[in-house]
Amino acid sequence: MKSTSSQRTDGVALLQVRPRMGQRGYGAMLLKDLLRNRYVYLMAIPVIVFYITFYYVPMYGLVISFQRYSPGRGIAGSPWVGFQYFQQFFSSFYFVRLIRNTITISVLNLIWGFPAPIILALLLNEIRSGAFKRTVQSLTYLPHFISLVVVAGLILNFSASRGFFNDLIAMAGGTRIAFFQDPRYFRPIYIASEIWQQAGWGSIIYLAALSAIDPELYEAATIDGAGRFRKLISITLPSIIPTIVVLLILRMGQMMNVGFEKIILLYNPAIYETADVIASFVYRKGLQEFAWSYATAVGLFNSVINLMLIVTANAISRRVNDTSLW
Amino acid sequence: MTVGKKTIGENVFDVSNTLFLSFLCIIMLYPLYYVAAASVSDGFELMRHTGPIILPLGLSTAAYRMVFNNPMIVRSFFNSVYLVAVGTTVNLIMTSFAAYVLSRKNLYWKKALMIMAIVTMLFDRGLVPFFLTVRAIGLMNTYWSVILGFAISTFNMIIMRTYFLTIPDSLEESAKMDGANDFTILFRIILPVAKPVVATMVLFYGVARWNGWFFVMIFLRDRLRFPMSLILREILIGNMADTMMGGEAAGDIGDHERIADTIKYATTIVATVPILLLYPFLQKHFVKGAMLGSVKG
Repeated sequence: MKSTSSQRTDGVALLQVRPRMGQRGYGAMLLKDLLRNRYVYLMAIPVIVFYITFYYVPMYGLVISFQRYSPGRGIAGSPWVGFQYFQQFFSSFYFVRLIRNTITISVLNLIWGFPAPIILALLLNEIRSGAFKRTVQSLTYLPHFISLVVVAGLILNFSASRGFFNDLIAMAGGTRIAFFQDPRYFRPIYIASEIWQQAGWGSIIYLAALSAIDPELYEAATIDGAGRFRKLISITLPSIIPTIVVLLILRMGQMMNVGFEKIILLYNPAIYETADVIASFVYRKGLQEFAWSYATAVGLFNSVINLMLIVTANAISRRVNDTSLW
Repeated sequence: MTVGKKTIGENVFDVSNTLFLSFLCIIMLYPLYYVAAASVSDGFELMRHTGPIILPLGLSTAAYRMVFNNPMIVRSFFNSVYLVAVGTTVNLIMTSFAAYVLSRKNLYWKKALMIMAIVTMLFDRGLVPFFLTVRAIGLMNTYWSVILGFAISTFNMIIMRTYFLTIPDSLEESAKMDGANDFTILFRIILPVAKPVVATMVLFYGVARWNGWFFVMIFLRDRLRFPMSLILREILIGNMADTMMGGEAAGDIGDHERIADTIKYATTIVATVPILLLYPFLQKHFVKGAMLGSVKG
């Protein structure tokens, strides 16, 4: 009893002291900051409202994955169901297929798509003619800016039974292929089009790293009798390896994050087996079949994994290269 | 200088490197060239043709006449122009506000605001909750759904902030002495100095607005408001003949079928040309912007 009362008096004493300190120190500082930066805070208001409305309110809305949500009853009125939708997903046949497809597309895109901009940058770096180099750069960056709808439209058009690709196959003596009826062809087509669209754009960062190399290094190597291949191995490559490592690690953090926009433009039920990824499934279940809670649960599961991957990747990057996202 | 002397191996490498990169350029450009050439081809010849197109197959402007006489397509083009103009303006204002706030020194809440922004890059808000939120606010079927919903791209905002941080304080300090408030400093001093990053933002946001189709698709119900990307999607992906022909199903069916492919190509060109026209002007800026993005904020 005694000790509690003394504790309480301590607490009361603390309560009496703290606010006064606050008013003079902390509170006064806040007030001063608020007054001095009032226009800055005025500018921050629409920004804060934006982030809260379009990011944090939806993040709060993720709770519907634990409810049997119906728009009529809202979040407040919908019954809680715990992990029911997560369990439903984990035990469904989609679970394995979606994870397999998401990871496979990521890994293939990494194996084929990651080296492409590096090779392009190295080849461009060996070009002496400035005009030719600039032309190649302009043309290889261009596909990055072309609308996905156009890209997907072109892919479907070229892959049609009487399309350009099949014309080439027929001219070479092969038989025409129904590319988008056979699940085997989706991944190669997807990866190839990704490389077509992104290799040039991706090379910018490597070209920047290459242009930062001190020319004196090359001059010294030339005097020592090093050939161009030798210089490539001993000077050029080592100087872009830090960039390569950072981008590789960050890419690992995106392993389970395959965008759905291109996939939902391209796929059809005949090739869901290889084409359907987590994000496209979330879209189909949530916004086409209106399984709000189920789709949110699947999306939340994916977001949590993405968060863990990106935090891990960033921690590794920080350790290896002293470079991090934040 | 030893540079002048080239070994045979180097010569072989240089020639094959140039050839390879030239071939790469052809691959990059050919799909677009194919579309352009096919769009001015005669529909009937195009149908009979197989294999690569080197030159247009008989010149015909029929497809473009169909496209420009199709009220749906023309309307969607101007819808897109509106969406890009208003959307990019909102993007620029909001992004520069955020970048300005986060580039201040001695701002007590700066760190909290920075965390608020960064968290959204790390953790997905969820497609369904985002959709439900926009719907609950009452933005369904309005352009404001996408204009406000995507007012700031945190990635772009950090690029802008990084650039703002490189601007010397002395510039704004003299203005502050003269009693200028932060709005004046941002619009009169910072933004004019930061022209390269503003140009980069216009390009990044403008292209994203012009090309964007997914969120407009889920938020817009009224076809009269569809931007070009959605009409293009109906024509290219959905193969919707009605959209292509502007609803006038009258006339010879065979005739329509004959021209259908060329209309696809012509619409693609009309939707892509604005970007191609801006591309040379903006290119010098976006390279800088893409590199800024790689610099840690």
